[in-house]
Amino acid sequence: MTLQEKLEILADAAKYDASCASSGAARKDSRGSMGVGSTGGAGICHSYAPDGRCISLLKVLLTNACLYDCHYCINRRSSNVRRARFTPEEVVRLTLDFYKRNYIEGLFLSSGIIQSADHTMEQVIRVARLLREEHQFRGYIHLKTIPEASPALIEEAGRYADRISINIELPTQQGLTKLAPEKNLARTQEAMGHIRGKIEERFSEKRLPGRPKPPPFATGQSTQMLVGADDATDATILQRADTLYTGYRLRRVYYSGFSPIPEPSKLLPLAPPPLVREHRLYQADWLLRFYDFKVGEITTPEAPNLDLALDPKLAWALRHRERFPVDVNRAPRESLLRVPGLGVRNVDRILQARRYGRLRLADLLRLGLAMKKVLPFIEAADHTPIKLGLDDVKLRERFLPPAQQLELNFDPPPPSAEDDRSVRSGEL
Amino acid sequence: MQSIVIQPEFESWRDAARRLLLRGVPPYEVVWLDEPGEQGLFPTGASPRETITPPEPADRVPAAFLDLARMVSAHDDPRRWSVLYAVLWRIVRGGERHLLGMPTDRDVRLLDQWRKAVGRDLHKMHAFVRFRLVEGEEVGGREAYVAWFEPQYRIVRLASPFFQKRFTGMDWSILTPEECVHWDGESLHYTPGVPRTEAPAGDALDDLWRSYYKSIFNPARLKVRAMQAEMPKKYWKNLPEATLIRDLITGSGSRVEGMLGTEGREEKPAPKNAYLEKLAERNAGQSSPEEEGQ
Repeated sequence: MTLQEKLEILADAAKYDASCASSGAARKDSRGSMGVGSTGGAGICHSYAPDGRCISLLKVLLTNACLYDCHYCINRRSSNVRRARFTPEEVVRLTLDFYKRNYIEGLFLSSGIIQSADHTMEQVIRVARLLREEHQFRGYIHLKTIPEASPALIEEAGRYADRISINIELPTQQGLTKLAPEKNLARTQEAMGHIRGKIEERFSEKRLPGRPKPPPFATGQSTQMLVGADDATDATILQRADTLYTGYRLRRVYYSGFSPIPEPSKLLPLAPPPLVREHRLYQADWLLRFYDFKVGEITTPEAPNLDLALDPKLAWALRHRERFPVDVNRAPRESLLRVPGLGVRNVDRILQARRYGRLRLADLLRLGLAMKKVLPFIEAADHTPIKLGLDDVKLRERFLPPAQQLELNFDPPPPSAEDDRSVRSGEL
Repeated sequence: MQSIVIQPEFESWRDAARRLLLRGVPPYEVVWLDEPGEQGLFPTGASPRETITPPEPADRVPAAFLDLARMVSAHDDPRRWSVLYAVLWRIVRGGERHLLGMPTDRDVRLLDQWRKAVGRDLHKMHAFVRFRLVEGEEVGGREAYVAWFEPQYRIVRLASPFFQKRFTGMDWSILTPEECVHWDGESLHYTPGVPRTEAPAGDALDDLWRSYYKSIFNPARLKVRAMQAEMPKKYWKNLPEATLIRDLITGSGSRVEGMLGTEGREEKPAPKNAYLEKLAERNAGQSSPEEEGQ
């Protein structure tokens, strides 16, 4: 089999993993070395495929042969997909060749499970070790790890990688038992707990003066949850995500709408969930992480699934009209964050701007706010939303999208506001 | 009223602005003009930070303003010099030290929009430059690469440090119509712009890269507009993978139909494998962790 054929098979096998992040790594670059590579800035998307997804990393499997039988996965042992296997050296060569042409900014390496979890991890680690040690590669490396691999191997993977991840796949053990019989939720979370410990060790020792440098370790872990393959509700999915954020300090939970595959399983629903469901979950995820929302506010026992027609913050606001209007000139930050259409960045700009005078609609326009969405929910120096009618039962209809709606941008929202730069003083 | 002729670059504007500021010339008395003809290939001061010795103690200016001005200078809006000077004047002479913290101010907003546009152009340059290996030009074991890029603004110098840090271990040049930058392992240097024909048309690896691009695309999630928002068509002519886009889009419908029309596969029994057997045992013994941790 030619290298090109292998690449086609093993990239195709990896494309159902939604993670493409290449940001959040420690700052390092190739100065003073014979190699290439740098990390530490905002991630760079070097290309985009017509599915709207960012291509920042060479995302491949080492092999798509697999002992497991996860029914949503094209690589499961019951699938008749063509199998291939890279040698570690081939992946190293491809990564470096692609990197030097600026096609990518790193490697995302995963693998089907062959022989055993430990054997598979050893192969994956070998690629990372060759890149880092033989080739002084300082670009981004994301390694997928296997919860059942020995802790020593996970630690070794973390030494070479900028990010490591274990896919949780489904939010409940019930779902896993049905669709991914080899996988186990408790073991996955246990492994995530171990990784969390190593990441914290890395950061905590750094702060102690006079102590030796902390052992290198990845700066973050992430995971992926499949949406629409089982009957889990959005409430269940978000509850699991919340557990992972608060209990295991994950950087990101990726939601991947189950997508039809060329080798479908009898156990799976025929039709994929609407892509917009995945988008709403990302929006809800953002509310949990940056807007101080609780899962119980975003979904309710009566409505455990998100409203597909409205974004979850707007849906919440319409259920809580008594909390509005919010006065942009007086309201505290946490109330402003609850206003539909106001993002974290704009809230901070409002807080900054109102220190110098009362804000009028013209000021808000200059801030570039989504006025149509914001206006019914705010008060400004020259605006009270009486006419817009918070009491109007039809308010919901105002926000519904036009009947014919083609492509929305269903991507996860962009990363949060630029880091606050401390204003030093310089000389002209 | 006085006309100030500068080269269209940050250093030139900064030197002039400092002189005007020291002489107390208010913004409404200045008309800023770009030097006609040959522009800015050879900046007035090679390393401006050292060459300027202010005759009087310099005015303190927030570093954030200088960073902003450096970015805005690369923009092509002819108003940028006067708006920059007006804002500088208000900060230093007008008692508005916190002007940059007022996002509702007209001038500040304008500067911010220009900065954003330049920042986006920079980001796209970092992303879409494609280096091509120049065969047979390895010097001392170092490979040599050449790229062609067409930035919207004059950002070559702003963009170069990124490439220097990322590609230290190889020699490279980025050619653009306005200005070119070269790295030899020791230092960056700049030369005048060249036509596109000076750059190699392709690279032996482009085919492999296209194979990857084709295979990583998921036809069941077609979102052309999302792609184009981030990778506008104007960049396509210099991206080797862009030649595939049309066929991938038109072919996706029938591929998905094929998937949906495929009969579901039966489960395959587990092969004999010691690890799988151990796993099955563990799974049977593991209590349901369902509500654990919530």
